[in-house]
Amino acid sequence: MTASTRGKGQGFGGEAALRLLQTYAVAAMILVLMVLLSLSSDSFLTVQNLINILNQNTPLAIMAAAMTLVIICGGFDLSVGAIFAVASVTAAWLALNVHPYAGLMAAPLVGMLLGFVNGMTITTLNIHSFLATLATGLVYRGIAILITGGTLLPVRLDDFTWLGRGRIGAVYYAVIVLVVFAVALTILLNRSTIGRKILAVGGNEEAAILSGIRTRRIKIVAFSINGFAAGLAAAIATSRISLGQATAGTGMELEAIAAVIIGGTSIYGGQGAVWRSVAGVFMLALINNGFNILNADPFYKDLTTGLIIVAAVGISAAGRRR
Amino acid sequence: MAAGLTDETAQTAPSHAPQPCVRLSGVTKSFSGVQVLRDVSIDFMPGEIHGLIGENGAGKSTVGKIVGGYYSRSSGDLIVFGDQVAQWDPPLALARGVAMMHQELQLVPALSVAENVFLGIEHSRAGLLRGDEERRLADIAAFAGFDLDPAATAGSLSIADQQKVEIMRALAREARVIVMDEPTSSLTHDEAERLHGVMRKLRDRGCTVIYVSHFLDHVLDVCDTVTVMRDGAVIRTAPTAAETKASLIASMIGRPAADVAYPPLPPEPDRSGTPLLSVRGLATATGVRGADIDLWPGEIVGLVGLVGSGRTEIARAIFGADPSTAGTVSIAGEAYHLRSPRSSIEHGIAMVPEDRRRQGLVLTQTVRPNMTLPHLSAFARFGLVRTGGERAEARRLIDYFGVQPGHVDGAVATYSGGNQQKVVMGKWILGDPRLVILDEPSRGVDVGARRRIHEFIGETARRGAAILLISSEIEEVMGLAHRAYAVSGGRVTGAFVPAQTTVDEVIWRLFHEQGAGRTGATA
Repeated sequence: MTASTRGKGQGFGGEAALRLLQTYAVAAMILVLMVLLSLSSDSFLTVQNLINILNQNTPLAIMAAAMTLVIICGGFDLSVGAIFAVASVTAAWLALNVHPYAGLMAAPLVGMLLGFVNGMTITTLNIHSFLATLATGLVYRGIAILITGGTLLPVRLDDFTWLGRGRIGAVYYAVIVLVVFAVALTILLNRSTIGRKILAVGGNEEAAILSGIRTRRIKIVAFSINGFAAGLAAAIATSRISLGQATAGTGMELEAIAAVIIGGTSIYGGQGAVWRSVAGVFMLALINNGFNILNADPFYKDLTTGLIIVAAVGISAAGRRR
Repeated sequence: MAAGLTDETAQTAPSHAPQPCVRLSGVTKSFSGVQVLRDVSIDFMPGEIHGLIGENGAGKSTVGKIVGGYYSRSSGDLIVFGDQVAQWDPPLALARGVAMMHQELQLVPALSVAENVFLGIEHSRAGLLRGDEERRLADIAAFAGFDLDPAATAGSLSIADQQKVEIMRALAREARVIVMDEPTSSLTHDEAERLHGVMRKLRDRGCTVIYVSHFLDHVLDVCDTVTVMRDGAVIRTAPTAAETKASLIASMIGRPAADVAYPPLPPEPDRSGTPLLSVRGLATATGVRGADIDLWPGEIVGLVGLVGSGRTEIARAIFGADPSTAGTVSIAGEAYHLRSPRSSIEHGIAMVPEDRRRQGLVLTQTVRPNMTLPHLSAFARFGLVRTGGERAEARRLIDYFGVQPGHVDGAVATYSGGNQQKVVMGKWILGDPRLVILDEPSRGVDVGARRRIHEFIGETARRGAAILLISSEIEEVMGLAHRAYAVSGGRVTGAFVPAQTTVDEVIWRLFHEQGAGRTGATA
């Protein structure tokens, strides 16, 4: 972003172009997809279809936005799908047994607590976040099953379902929550001391330690925010379908990571942007939507998505060779 | 062809061929414009142990790495077994029978001794391993005279035994020239003796061992021939029998006065008050075995020692980057116990680490966030960074050091070494520290940056800060410091005043002292 003006120097042209590609590839691909889909189907470029795509994907977009911080910090979080499930069943249980609002508010807090546990596990045991969250994810999923006892928890209360279903004019509340959350994370990452430290820890942990940064604390913060986001996403999704279930959120961790990577955030840490991960979610959603409205063979959907991720990872890795 | 011919003869009849197995002729080498080797010509003969000695930075390791294929040469000829080689890299070198043993051993810790030795050259039938490594290993072990358990995992072995695995790995590839780069630096006295025994055995079987070392006693003990280097040039190659420790040191020193002018020394500090830094009996698990240091405000003090003597480790322990196992550190008379980088920064201590790319800079970020990283909270209100003040401070430091390009948000990853170093200096001077530890501040930087860094050291001391300067270039310490400590084997072995001595005397002293503190050296 800041280096784009360096393109005029000799020998830096390729590097600057690559940087530009890493930054704006996802936006360009979204534009191309939208043009293609508009041309090939009348039902794509309708207000209703676009609002639906946006609204359907808010929970995943919230999770991908926060996952960006974890990946910039040099980690991965495979437990957010399970955190989503625990938050979902907790919200439903509290809505039924205490108060609908208690349920909605508890979900992000439960998520944050579980994210904090992830952070503590990673930093005190000093193990890679990939392994730690693989394990804690299984534990959390087990907790979700224990809470429900294996049953579904339907919550048909207007005080509970407004968050997922309500809207002001054409705009869903959920979309507003997403925008506010993404903007807040962007400010956190680019303007706050914590964000600066997250970028430093992911960019060069040793230099960060020697600069007096308590890197463990920074990692715990990143994972806590990530857990909070999973809980917030669960509150919206559970409210929308008015059902708490222990199997909710299965596979969302990988979708969120995929969206972050498609957005061009470096899988090696130290570089990335929140908006691009949100854009990555919508890019995946557009592919999905395109297959639906074009009546294309869905067998090709995963294949297409996979190839796009490969391309994104390739671009992300290209700048690292010296 | 020549390699094929000598395959038999070299191992069975070393005396047969008077022709050198490796010959360097007029070799030069430059790293980013700095010439580290000039017109080096050395003949390595079959069946000899050939020592390469010299002061820090004399170029002895560079010669070893050029022979092993790890460095390319800038010009000159490399002749291996009679053939002039153009392309040369580690795999090619191995194919021609030249192996290199690094300071950091390169074994797979989880694999067995046998598996490590034959890694990549396993016998297989139809793609399946035949599993005959242990039998093949027995032949090589018998040849070298080792008895290691072939099934033991490499990670469980001592460093000395791991070196044997590396040697067998070279032998398994039919290496007839083995370059050993400082192999005894982490060995005990007995282990070093045993390694020398192995080297002699290899020689008796016709192999050539190129032994890069700064342990003169070891070289005198085991080598047949020794080449002394200084400032990237060969001073002489002679039979070891004709040399003594004194004659070797005499050739290593006596380099012409450097053409670099140092800025005038700041005024002598007042040493009557409490020292700003006082270190007593410092020890760490990283190899510091007893360091006593005093440092007064306004004083520049150097730490000199050979590579691996523990200078960096002492600095890191003071700064809190590594935990200490014993000893005390006091800052301005107050004990400073629970040391950490964070706490040190709050105490007004700064440390410019030795490796700017790995330890100093976050290369994914621009100049500005790199400079403000240790003092970020000073630029923040309610947790948000106020970029106006941050930019102004970065601007000031960029101008102060003359960083080029001077953009506050320049991509520091693309900067030259000298400008990266200036950014690291700016980062650490930002909080006006009262103690600045500089670890190799001018390593690998251009002349202009070097001069600026030297000026900066003087300016900072005049301002009243104390400076602990670590440099492998003894001249630098001699030209910049009020006082200096000699470090050897993890210990501070003495103090001296640069103005009252000469570089040659200091080098003399360091090479003589190396036996005292280190178990690896003969007494």
